[in-house]
Amino acid sequence: MTDVEFYFEDFTPGRSFPLAQKHVSADEVIEFASEFDPQPMHLSEEAGKASILGGLSASGWHTASMFMRMMFDGWLSRSSSEGSPGIEFMEWKRPVLAGDTLSGRSTVVESRVLRSRPGIGLVKFLHEVENQRGELVMRGENPIMMRLKNSEAGAA
Amino acid sequence: MRLIELSPPGRKVITGTLLFTAEDIVRFARKFDPQPFHVDAEAAKDYVFGALCASGWHTCAGWMKTYIAYWTKEVARLESEGLVAPKLGPSAGFKKLQWLKPVYAGDSITYSVTLVESRPLVSRPGTWINMTVCDGENQRSETVMRYEGTVLEFE
Repeated sequence: MTDVEFYFEDFTPGRSFPLAQKHVSADEVIEFASEFDPQPMHLSEEAGKASILGGLSASGWHTASMFMRMMFDGWLSRSSSEGSPGIEFMEWKRPVLAGDTLSGRSTVVESRVLRSRPGIGLVKFLHEVENQRGELVMRGENPIMMRLKNSEAGAA
Repeated sequence: MRLIELSPPGRKVITGTLLFTAEDIVRFARKFDPQPFHVDAEAAKDYVFGALCASGWHTCAGWMKTYIAYWTKEVARLESEGLVAPKLGPSAGFKKLQWLKPVYAGDSITYSVTLVESRPLVSRPGTWINMTVCDGENQRSETVMRYEGTVLEFE
């Protein structure tokens, strides 16, 4: 197991954790879309320009997946995460276009210890992703299961 | 034609089935979600999920994959019958996404979409917003994923 820097107890409401920056290349947009979302505006610059998205744009699921990696690299890999039961909401506010550079943050909304799973708490985050112009492209809220620090001694 | 004419509210449409192999799970997770329980079968034993399982985003992307395959066929079918397929646009997002059960290596997920409601957009005449429920079930008929989606539709 990798070194854990952030346990459940460290996620206090209001605390913010930066996401890693991510440059979005045309090749990646096309690769993801070819496998999972082969619609014209995700596959070529021409079709993207002709669509209401205005250019070669990432599938919303690609943006969500890139956000996941930005979160992993930014802070999640150093946390005691045990995964997540879901996403309360996610909004794709603006197209993510090939050539964009994304950044953002996860901010703790609230947290509680789970009675059903000893040693595990649920931390709810607000995630915000912006492009290089500081425009919000995606936001969402989700709970993530985190191991408690003070139960670490008893864990396997 | 409108989506609501093609797919009446409450009718569940199966979009397709996707097998999640260990290779697929690890390949997706290495790119987007390299948490130990998504990339390392041995390490996964020490976590809540207990075994190698797909990133939730992989499960979602699988829904999209089967949906696009289904919709492409459906548009071709309608056109071959001389009908004009509904003109669907992008989605503004989703809510209440639940990863209800892990998707383990070897699971086959059957995806579906159910139209719930179609509303005209007051701000944009000739545009509707369709609310859907999107599901994934494994081979034991257990729901593994569910979310409420939206999709725009144009006149």
